[in-house]
Amino acid sequence: MLSLANVSLESLNLITLAPMLIPVIGALFILVLDIIKGGLDKSLYVVISILFLALDFGALLESAGAFSKDGIMLGIFDVMLIDGLAIISQFIIVVTSILFIPLALTNKRFHEFSYPEFFALFLFMISGFQFMVASDNLILIFVGLETASLALYTLIAMHNRDKSFEAAIKYFTMGALAAGFYSFGSMVFYALTGSIEINQIAAVLEANNYADIGFVLIGVVMMLGSFGFKLSVVPFHTWTPDVYEGSSAAMAGYMSIVPKIAAFVVAMRLFEFLIHANIVWLEVVLYALVVITMTAANIWALVQSDVKRMLAYSSISHAGFVMAAILIGTTQSNSALFIYWILFSFTNLGAFSMLWISRQKELPGYQKTDHSFEKFSGMIKTSPMAAIVMGLFMLSLAGLPPFALFWGKIYMISSAVTSGYTVLALIMALNSAIAGYYYIKLIVFMFMKDPIESNIDNNGELYVANATTALKTIIGFAIIGTVFAFLALDSLLEFVTAFVYNSGY
Amino acid sequence: MLDHILSILIFFPAFAGIMGFMINKESMRAYGTAVAVIEFALSLWLWFAFDNNVSGMQFMEHIALVPSFGINYILGVDGISLFIIIMASFFTMIGIASLSPTHSIKNMIITLLFLQMTMIGVFAALDAIVFYVFWELSLVPMLYLIGAWGGPLRIYASVKFFLYTFTGSLVMLVGMLFMAYFFYQATGVWSFAILDWYRLVLPESFQLWLFAAFFIGFAIKVPMFPFHTWLPYAHGQAPTIGSVILAAVLLKMGTYAFIRFSLPLFPDASVFFMFPIAILAIIMIIYTAMIAYAQKDIKQVVAYSSVSHMGVIILGTFALNVEGISGSIFLMIAHGVVSGALFLLVGVIYDRRHTKLMSEFGGLAHVMPRYATIFGLMLMASVGMPLTINFVGEFLSLLGFYQQSHILTLLAGIAIVVGAIYMLTAFKKIFFGEVTNEKNKNLPDVSKRELLALIPLSIITVWLGIYPKPILDPINNSVEAVVQLMHNKATSPEAKMRIPNVSGLVITKTATKEAH
Repeated sequence: MLSLANVSLESLNLITLAPMLIPVIGALFILVLDIIKGGLDKSLYVVISILFLALDFGALLESAGAFSKDGIMLGIFDVMLIDGLAIISQFIIVVTSILFIPLALTNKRFHEFSYPEFFALFLFMISGFQFMVASDNLILIFVGLETASLALYTLIAMHNRDKSFEAAIKYFTMGALAAGFYSFGSMVFYALTGSIEINQIAAVLEANNYADIGFVLIGVVMMLGSFGFKLSVVPFHTWTPDVYEGSSAAMAGYMSIVPKIAAFVVAMRLFEFLIHANIVWLEVVLYALVVITMTAANIWALVQSDVKRMLAYSSISHAGFVMAAILIGTTQSNSALFIYWILFSFTNLGAFSMLWISRQKELPGYQKTDHSFEKFSGMIKTSPMAAIVMGLFMLSLAGLPPFALFWGKIYMISSAVTSGYTVLALIMALNSAIAGYYYIKLIVFMFMKDPIESNIDNNGELYVANATTALKTIIGFAIIGTVFAFLALDSLLEFVTAFVYNSGY
Repeated sequence: MLDHILSILIFFPAFAGIMGFMINKESMRAYGTAVAVIEFALSLWLWFAFDNNVSGMQFMEHIALVPSFGINYILGVDGISLFIIIMASFFTMIGIASLSPTHSIKNMIITLLFLQMTMIGVFAALDAIVFYVFWELSLVPMLYLIGAWGGPLRIYASVKFFLYTFTGSLVMLVGMLFMAYFFYQATGVWSFAILDWYRLVLPESFQLWLFAAFFIGFAIKVPMFPFHTWLPYAHGQAPTIGSVILAAVLLKMGTYAFIRFSLPLFPDASVFFMFPIAILAIIMIIYTAMIAYAQKDIKQVVAYSSVSHMGVIILGTFALNVEGISGSIFLMIAHGVVSGALFLLVGVIYDRRHTKLMSEFGGLAHVMPRYATIFGLMLMASVGMPLTINFVGEFLSLLGFYQQSHILTLLAGIAIVVGAIYMLTAFKKIFFGEVTNEKNKNLPDVSKRELLALIPLSIITVWLGIYPKPILDPINNSVEAVVQLMHNKATSPEAKMRIPNVSGLVITKTATKEAH
């Protein structure tokens, strides 16, 4: 007979759930609001989403305060795990979402934003990602991952163009495969250790001294495949350019940041203890993945004729670069991962927003895709401000000092240097040089070529066709984050390092 | 104000550049000239306030940027960097003042002002990361200058320039991160401050690797022999102002960085690599001189001759003694003045005829006597005639290297003499003989605007050729300190022997300065 377990409410530590529940409540609130009074303007939903995310942010501040006082918190039958990694990554997720959601306030009308469901799904997705990072229970991670991914597929498809459907289906198929890999990998670990908690798995494997190394190998390979898809690591990257091309620029920018940081945190939890167990082949496999992802993606990016596809490959390459942190596995490298991603999110926010404000409804003849390089030629002559801003983001992505990504880059390379990965450090540096070429290519088009006739006539209106005050404000934030990153770097570094170190990574 | 004069020197042009967006297009050149004149006056003031008797850093500024990772905003000048800074502001000034009319001149002047910020920043920075920031940032305005106002192949040339230097400096960046890590291991504190690094004595094997990493970054910038292929394109395609600044200032970043980083940080490695680098330098001198002889385009002749003379600078630097290094620093200034002037002169004729092919000219001495005179003077300086500015630098550089190796110095000396051949041939083709080409019959002589740039350069060429002391003294002072530091840090017996012990007095001077 099952008897009711006597659980005190105290021990559940419900406060650990607060940050994830707030967006869920927000999503339900939006749906209820729609039932009560339909046909409300998108601006209302945007602001309500921002408000709930701001509450979410407040709850996170609360957890951050509690963490720095009492250390790691467990809750809800020890399924929730609020440690430094969870808190920093949730900060990244929530802040990036706050910055991205106003991109819905476009000048042109896009029909997905007229549905309140879009915003509800958006909030559900955020909550999914938050669950994913705030747990070391493989099942809860899976639930979070799937909640977020299913919402994301739908959001992409709602863009309602042929290519968006293709993108959503492609992403869904690949995501389903990844989910299969994930569950199979979890199963192997469960069979090996009788636990689905990552720390338990680590402890059991440690205790029996990795006796069944063959099965560990299978589990790890499955997990690598699964996270390879999520992080778009070569050779699991094939969906990325198509999905980015099919979704709206705002969504693509979002996808390049938030899902990946969530996946990075889980990968860090999962692979770190294996790396520290000195399993040589895992190191070799990860090393190869990192190098191939960085290099191959960079080379593919060189030959792209569309800026968004180029940025898609560039984001694959950046993900490979950051994967190195997991391979290196020191406190410095793990902090570097977060710092890099925070700085990257500002720059990418800017770059994709610039594409988003230049989005046309109908393409002129010389343009084969939404954001072909030709579209930007001679931009400095017709709309100089926009060209300079876009150039700024490109230089930052290329890692030119003193812009944001440069600092992430040197901290990351420095972490490779300090742990003896000299060759890796050199490969990372040389990859930045290869990447320089395709970022410069856009600058060449914008600054050195002559504008296309029709663009001269309408005075570069094309580049800001979709702009509103809200979008310009967001770009303003991105510029500040990109240019003045060095001012905030010291406090950021101390905050992140302390949180990562206190979580034992 | 003198406490922050370096920051003002760096950021004033950038700030003025941003304000420049508000200036009307018609008045832009006057605005640019005014800003550059103020900047030059400030740099002269810096010289005036500079204490010639101190060998260490002066006008130091220190602001913490990222203290937990050891990145600080540290500036300072000594005799080595002072004159390069003055030269940078001088060339920006005459460059803008003598700018010939072109499209989107407003963008060009704003770009030049930003370029000036980065140039002065590189020479004033005393923190490796700040140095790197300006070093990399200088690529962007130059990329735009070449790419937007250059010749038909401009995009290829500018992208090649960018990628070459960018790749080299990323390798250098890894070297810097290693250096900071070694410092961290030795002291427990992260630091990128160059003066802190000077105190670090590294084992020779580490020195060799780090030297190589830094060498790639610097050698591409100079550019040294196997890495020089970007330069002819950049010069060939760049507008006059771009070539002038590239030759006069940007290339000096590489040779300056050798003296600031490679020599004092890695004295044993410097001795180890002395002969290989000297041989590269001599190949560079002879080989590029031969290529220069084969050129049909007058600008390419000047470009290759400029590379050839950079070889002498490298040779002087790697003499590793006071004469050689002082000579090479003096030659940096001299090379800047002379090759800058030569590029300006080429620009003068290009503005008139829109061609740079020597076969198009001939007998210009009859048509443009004043032009021919100034060209002749600069040409004499370029081939190293005594009593011109280049002679002092070349002589000292070779004198320095003579103490290390007689044969190599002899080779280099002959090479320089051979170098005179292509210059004189080019001069003969352009200026002597009958005027054969109809189009050349009525060319106007140099205008007032052009003289504005050329006459000061001519005066400097002769003045410093006859009386180099005001510049040579402070340079010597600082170089003595550097050489002494190298001697003290050297660990291998060969390095101790090759790097002379200057005197005991100088060390105490630097030591007190560093303690501040």
